[in-house]
Amino acid sequence: MKQGFFKIESNEQLTSSVFKMTLLGDTDAITAPGQFVNIKLDGLFLRRPISVCDLYGNALTLVYKTVGVGTEKLALMRPGDELDVLSGLGNGFDIYKAGERPLLVGGGVGVPPLLYLLKELKLEGAKPFVILGFNTKDEIILEDDFRKYCDDVIVTTVDGSYGTKGFVTDALALCEGYTYAYTCGPEPMLKALHGALKTSGQFSFEERMGCGFGACMGCSCKTITGYKRICREGPVLEKEEILWK
Amino acid sequence: MEMSVDLCGIRIDNPVIPASGTFGYGYEFAETYDINCLGTFSFKGTTKEPRFGNPTPRIAECTAGMINAVGLQNPGVEAVINEELPKLKTCFDKPVMANVSGFSVEDYAYTCERLDNEEQVGWLEVNVSCPNVHGGGMSFGTDPKSAAEVTRAVKAVTTKPVIIKLSPNVTDIVAIAKACEDAGADGISLINTLLGMRIDLRTKKPVIANKMGGFSGPAIKPVALRMVYQCYEALKIPIIGMGGISCAEDVIEFMLAGATACEVGAQNLVDPMASKKIIDTLPEVMNKYGIDNLKDIIGGAH
Repeated sequence: MKQGFFKIESNEQLTSSVFKMTLLGDTDAITAPGQFVNIKLDGLFLRRPISVCDLYGNALTLVYKTVGVGTEKLALMRPGDELDVLSGLGNGFDIYKAGERPLLVGGGVGVPPLLYLLKELKLEGAKPFVILGFNTKDEIILEDDFRKYCDDVIVTTVDGSYGTKGFVTDALALCEGYTYAYTCGPEPMLKALHGALKTSGQFSFEERMGCGFGACMGCSCKTITGYKRICREGPVLEKEEILWK
Repeated sequence: MEMSVDLCGIRIDNPVIPASGTFGYGYEFAETYDINCLGTFSFKGTTKEPRFGNPTPRIAECTAGMINAVGLQNPGVEAVINEELPKLKTCFDKPVMANVSGFSVEDYAYTCERLDNEEQVGWLEVNVSCPNVHGGGMSFGTDPKSAAEVTRAVKAVTTKPVIIKLSPNVTDIVAIAKACEDAGADGISLINTLLGMRIDLRTKKPVIANKMGGFSGPAIKPVALRMVYQCYEALKIPIIGMGGISCAEDVIEFMLAGATACEVGAQNLVDPMASKKIIDTLPEVMNKYGIDNLKDIIGGAH
C-alpha cells in the first residue's frame, strides 16, 4: 500500500453513467491485476474504492459508474486536478493459475479490472476467452479495448440489443476447452457462474469499506477457509472457498 | 519541548494513541511506518470467544464522520495471546493497551485475567459499551452500578492499570465515570461512538445491516470534548480523550479540557499515516501556542 497524489490526465464519459479516468503518479505499489485504489474526495469522510482497469508505466486507468455522491464527485473532476490515492490495495488475481486458455467473465462495471488481467495473461502467453455481459447495448463499455488484445471476445446483452442474447452463463458453451476462470461482476452473476463453471477459478467481490486496507473489519465475509476481509485477503476469492450469503 | 505524559503510572513518549478498532493488532500499520513513534495503541476489542461480528454492510458515510457496526469481530483472547501478540512483538517495543469487551461480568474478568500474564500488555482498556446478556441486553456502560461491577471484577484479577472506556449514550456521564473511579478504575477513556443511523433513499432502508451503529469522526468532537471537560472536574484519575481527533490542534484541545492522553480513531481509517502525522506536527503546534511541556496544559481550560 502506498499513499500518494495522482494528477488527472483525462476523465471522459463512456455511457450515461460510466466514466473513464486516467491518473498519473507513482504506481509502484500496484502488483497484480484485480487490485484497487482508495480515493479521498473533498467534502467526503471515507475514501472511495475503485478497481484498477489498466496500468501502463505511471498511468493508471479507472472505469467507474456513478452510483452515489462519491462517484458523482469523481465524475466532476477535471484534467489537471490532483487526487489523494491509496494504491496497491487488495490481493488481486493470480495469473499463474490460468493455464493455456483462461476464461475471463465480466458483468457491467465488473468488466474493467479484467482488462489489465487480460493484458497480463497475454504477456504470459495465454490465449484467453472473454465474455462481457451487459443489460443492454447502451451500457456496453471497453469492448474495443478487449478486442485489441483478444480474438475470442463474446458480448452478451440481457435484452438481446447487441451480441449474444442472454446472461454470461449462456455464452459459456461458446468457450470450449477453457482451463480456468476469472470473474468480476454483480453478486447474482458470480453466484450463477459459481454453479455453471466447469473449472476452478477466482471471483472478485465488492463490499462497503471503511478503510480499504484491513484496519477496520468493515468488509469482512465468511469463507470456507475462515473470515476474510474483502479489502485485504480479497477482493479476489478462490471459487472453492466462497460461502454465499 | 516535552511531549511525554504519565498514563496511570506508565510514561508514554507522547499522548497520541490509535484507538481500538481502527488499528487492528498493529502490525498492518507497521508495514506503512514504524509504529514505535506512537505513545502506545489500543488493540482491536478482544472477547473471550472468537467473533465474526455483524452482517455487512457494516459501514456508512456521514457528514464529517462515519457509522460502523462491525460487532466486535476478533479472533478471541487465546488467538490474540498465541498469534497476534507474538506478531506485534516483532514490530512494537512499547507496552500496548489491551482493549477488552464482554457480554457478562465473568467474560470481562476471564479475558482480563488471561491478558494479565502478557508482558507486552501495559494497560487494560475495558469497553463497557457492550450489551449485558444477563441484564436484558442493556449496555454495562449506561448504568453506574453495572459499570462499577465490571470495574471491580476486572480490578480483582489484574495488577495492570484498568482504564474503563465509557459510552456517551447516557444522560449523566459524570455519574458513571465517578462510579468507575470509586470502584477502583485507574483511568477513564471517553468517548466511545454515539449511536447513529443512515437510511438509503433508493432502497428506503437503513444502510447498515444492523440498522444502527457507532457514529464517529470529526462531527462528534464537540460532544466528546464536553464530556472530557465535565469528567475532569469530577475525577482524580487520568482521562484519555477521544472523539473526532484528526490533528495536533485537536490533541491540545482535548488536553486543555482535561485529557492526559488522546486516542485517534476514525482518522486512521481515512489516512493510515494520521497518528504519525499528528505526532510529527505536535511540536510545531505546541510552539505556535507557547506550550513547552504538554503535561502543563492538562485541564488548562478549567
